[in-house]
Amino acid sequence: MRLPQGNPILIRGGHLVDPAAGIDAAMEILLIDGEVARVDGKIDGKAAKNAEIFDAEGDIVAPGFIDIHVHLREPGFEYKETIATGSAAAVAGGFAAVCAMANTEPVNDERSVTEFVKRRGEEAGLARVYPVGAVSHGLKGKAIAEIGEMFAAGAVAFSDDGKPIVDGTLMRRALEYTRQFGVAVVSHSECPDLTAGGCMNEGDVATRLGLPGAPNASEEAMVARDILLARLTGGKLHVAHLSTRGALGMVRAAKREGLRVTCEVTPHHLALDDRALLDRPFSTDLKMNPPLRSPADAEALADGLADGTVDAIATDHAPHHADEKALEFENAPFGVIGLETAVSILLDRFVSKKLISLSRFVELFSSGPARAFGLPGGTLRAGSPADVTILSPGKSLTVKRAELLSKSRNTPFDGWKLKGRAVATIVGGRIVWRLAARG
Amino acid sequence: MPNDATASGSGSRSRSTRIMDDAKMERTIARLALEIVEQNKGTAGLVLIGIRNRGVPLAKRLAEKIAATNREKKSPPVGAVDITLYRDDLTSIFEAPMVRSSDIHFPIDGSVVVLVDDVLFTGRTIRAAIDTVMDYGRPKAIRLAVMIDRGHRELPIQADYVGKVVPTRISERVDVLLVESDGADEVVISEASAAPPPAPAAASPARKASRPDRKDESGKKKRKTSASKPGRKSR
Amino acid sequence: MTHNRPLGRKDLLGIAELSRPEIVKILDTAETMWEIGERPVKKVPTLRGKTIINLFFEASTRTRFSFEVAQKRLSADSVNFAAKGSAVEKGETLVDTAKNLMAMAPDAIVMRHPNPGAPHALAEAIPAAIINAGDGAHEHPTQALLDAFTIRRHFGRLEGLKVLIVGDIAHSRVVRSNVHLLRKMGSEVVLCGPPTLMPVGIESLGCETSYKIDEVIPKCDVVMMLRVQTERGAGTAFPSVREYSRLFGLNRARVAKMKKGGIVMHPGPMNRGVEIASDVADGERSVILEQVTSGVAVRMAVLYLLLGGAGEE
Repeated sequence: MRLPQGNPILIRGGHLVDPAAGIDAAMEILLIDGEVARVDGKIDGKAAKNAEIFDAEGDIVAPGFIDIHVHLREPGFEYKETIATGSAAAVAGGFAAVCAMANTEPVNDERSVTEFVKRRGEEAGLARVYPVGAVSHGLKGKAIAEIGEMFAAGAVAFSDDGKPIVDGTLMRRALEYTRQFGVAVVSHSECPDLTAGGCMNEGDVATRLGLPGAPNASEEAMVARDILLARLTGGKLHVAHLSTRGALGMVRAAKREGLRVTCEVTPHHLALDDRALLDRPFSTDLKMNPPLRSPADAEALADGLADGTVDAIATDHAPHHADEKALEFENAPFGVIGLETAVSILLDRFVSKKLISLSRFVELFSSGPARAFGLPGGTLRAGSPADVTILSPGKSLTVKRAELLSKSRNTPFDGWKLKGRAVATIVGGRIVWRLAARG
Repeated sequence: MPNDATASGSGSRSRSTRIMDDAKMERTIARLALEIVEQNKGTAGLVLIGIRNRGVPLAKRLAEKIAATNREKKSPPVGAVDITLYRDDLTSIFEAPMVRSSDIHFPIDGSVVVLVDDVLFTGRTIRAAIDTVMDYGRPKAIRLAVMIDRGHRELPIQADYVGKVVPTRISERVDVLLVESDGADEVVISEASAAPPPAPAAASPARKASRPDRKDESGKKKRKTSASKPGRKSR
Repeated sequence: MTHNRPLGRKDLLGIAELSRPEIVKILDTAETMWEIGERPVKKVPTLRGKTIINLFFEASTRTRFSFEVAQKRLSADSVNFAAKGSAVEKGETLVDTAKNLMAMAPDAIVMRHPNPGAPHALAEAIPAAIINAGDGAHEHPTQALLDAFTIRRHFGRLEGLKVLIVGDIAHSRVVRSNVHLLRKMGSEVVLCGPPTLMPVGIESLGCETSYKIDEVIPKCDVVMMLRVQTERGAGTAFPSVREYSRLFGLNRARVAKMKKGGIVMHPGPMNRGVEIASDVADGERSVILEQVTSGVAVRMAVLYLLLGGAGEE
C-alpha cells in the first residue's frame, strides 16, 4: 500500500510490547522511510539524525493494530460510511490497518472493484485498507468469483461475509481454489434454515421479549461443516465473528489436529451477552449477527482468549444510518460499529481485570490477525512496516456517540466509561492520529 | 505372430535336396535381368516391386544386374509390397498377421511393374500383390519374375520370367534361402512332415486352436522363418 | 460367431487392462495403417464384408468421423446409430438396444456412452467386439493410443519422456487413459490444473500434480492441453474463462519456456483463446492436426487386430 511517507521518527520513553519478537521491555524505536529501522534500549543521536522525537511518556508501544473484519460500505452505501471516514475511525481507535469486506455495491467480486477500494484507501491516507474479495459472484452463493484476478489486484482473503456460503460444493471449491494463492476463506458460518428468522439469541431473554431467536446450533452446524471441508481440502479456513462455546470447542479441536483453521471474536461478544437486552429492551444497538449469546458463551469466549484458541479480535464494524436503526427491532438491520471502542473494551474489561496479559492483548490485535491473513506487520522487528499503536492503559475513554468519527452512530457502548485507550497511531512512519489534549 | 528361428517343424525330420547352389542362383538372376531388359527394350518405365519378404532382396539383386546391362549403369527403382491386408485367407488363419508397410515411393501410373517373388505356387499371393499395386496407380503393364515355379496353380496366374521350373508334390516344400536373411544362397526342396489333408478355402474344417502354425488353404504346414520376419504366405 | 483373439482379447474397453506388448503391437500396426492414408487409393480389402456399428449415445463429431474413415479404409461396412430420436429416448435399456442390434449380426460395435462401464456391460452381454470410444469420465483408449502414436512418431520413443497434461483433470477420460498408457510405456506424467478440477487421489495412478503451470512447463517434452468444459466447469470450479486462461492457458510466453523440440497437443475440439492461444494452436510446435491423422491410423489398427482374423476357435 503506497502511503505518503514522513520524516524519520524516534519513539522514546515507551514500553514496547511485541509478542511476535518476544519483547516486553522499555525500548526506543527508530522509524525511517516507512520501515522500522532499529529497536534498541537506547538509540544514539547519530543514528537518529533529523528524527522527530515522539515522546511516548511511559505509554505502551505496540505493533500497529490490524482489524481484519470491517465493513467500509464504499462503493454503494456511502451514506453509512466511506473508506475515508472509516479509515479515520480506525486510526482513532488505534488501528493502523483494516480489511474491508466485499458486500458493497457493486460487490467486490472482480478486479476493478478491488482496485477501487485499494485506491480509495490510499487516497484517504490514514489506515492501510486491504480489500477482502467475494467468494461467489455477486455474493449469490452460486458461481465462484474471479479470485485469481482479485488476488492479483491486492485482495488478501475471500469471503461472502454478510451471508453464509450455504452450498457445500461451493465452499469446498473455494477452499480448494484459494490453495493456489495461499489465502484464507473467511467464513460467516451460519445455517439460514436454522436461524429461521431469529433476530437475537434463542433463549429465555428472547422468549421473555417475544422475539424469534437463532439457536447456537445455527452457527455450530456450519462451523462443523466448514472445518470438515478444511480437513478434506487442505485449504485455509478463518471463522469470522465466532460467538458460541460449541464452535469455539470445534476450532480448538481442529487446531490440535493441525488443520489450518483460525478464528476471530468481536469485542461486543466478549463484553456483552443477551442479558443486556433486559436492561435495554429492544435496543437495536444491541442487534447484530451473530447475536449476543448467553453469559456461558461469553465466558467460554473469554477462556478462548486466554488459552490461545482465539487468533484475533476483530470488530465486524458494521455502520448503519440512524434512520435504518430506528426501526422496530425485528426490522432493523443487523450490525454495530466498533473501531473506536475495541481497544478500550479489551483493556478495561480484560487486561485491567487480569483476565488476559497485556502481551496477549497486543497479540490479539497485531500478530494474531497478521498471521491469520498472512499480512505484513504485526511486529516491530527491524524491516517491518512502520505501523505503531501507542496505548495508555491509564487514560480513560467515555464513549460519546456524537463524538465518534465514524459516519454512523450504532454503538452498543454509548455512555460506557472505559479505562485504557489508544493515544496515537502511526502508519507507514507517519503519525496519522494523536489524542488531542493531554493531562 | 509366432515365428520360429529354424526350418524345423513338428513331427519327423524330412529329407532335403539342394536344387540350386549360390553360383547357379547368381547366373539365374543375371539371366532373368537380361530377359526383363530385352522384353522391355531397355529400362525405360521399368520398376521392380518385391513381394515381402524374400521378393525384396531378390528385386534388389535384379536391379543391380539390370544396371550392369546398360552403359549408363542405370538401375530401375525398387519398391516393396506387403500383401497381408489383401490376402483372401484372413478368415481362416488363427491370428491377424503382423502387417508391415508397403514402400512404393515412385509413381505407378504408366510404368511397367515387374513383381518379384521367390516361389510361385498357388498364385494367390500374386493376385493379392496385383491388387495392392493397382491401389497405387494404373500401371502400363504388370509382369512377374520368380526364382522358382513349383506348379499347383489355383488361380490363372503365370510368371513372365522364371528362374527354374521345378515340379513338386503338394507334400513337398521349396525354400529359396538368401544370404541377406538366411546366411547362404541356395534353393532347397524338402519333404514336409505329416499334415492335415488339403481343404478348399471356402469351408475350412475345424482347426485345433493349439496349433501355432499358419497354414494356407492346401493344408501345407508353413515353414517358420526367423523371429524378426513374418511367416510365409500362401503362394 | 466367435472371434479369434489377435490382441488376446475380444474387446478394447480400456488401457488399464492392456499390457505393454499389446500396446506396442497396436502402435506398430498403426504405422502400416498410416501408410495407407498416404496412397492414392486409401483403401484395402481387409475387413470387407464385416459390419461395424457406431453406437454413440453422446454427441461426437471427430471421434465418430475418425472411426468411420478407419472402417471405410479397411472396406468394412459402417453403420451409425445416434441415441437422439431413437428407442433409447423411449426408455429402451442399453442391453435391449444392443441385443436388437445383434440380431443384425455386427462384427463390432464402437460405443460412446455417458456412463462409465456401459461398454463393459455390453461386452459381457453380446458376442460382437466392443470398442470403447469413451465411457463417461472413465476411459477413451483409442485417444490415448493415438496420442502415444503421435508422440512416438516425433521422439522415436515414449520411454523417459515427461508429459504435461493441463486442464479439467477431474472430468477427463482422456487423462485417465493417457496416464495408464504413458506409465506403462515408461513416460512420466504431470497433471496440472486448478485444485478444484483435480480429483482426489489421482496421484495413485502414478503421476504428479501441480497447479503452477509456469513451474512445470520447462521440464516437459510434451504439453497436452485439454478442452475446458465451460458448460460444466464454470460455476463452482473456476470463475471465468478469463481467469482460467490467465492462470492455465497455453500462450506464446509459456510456449517459449518449453524444452527444445517439445510438442503441443490437444485432443480437440479446441476453445481458441481459452486453454490454448490461437497462434499456439497453429504454431510450429503444434501437432494437433497430426493427431487427427494418427487417429485414423490407430483406429484402423485396432479394428484390424480385433477383427482381422475370424475363424473358429
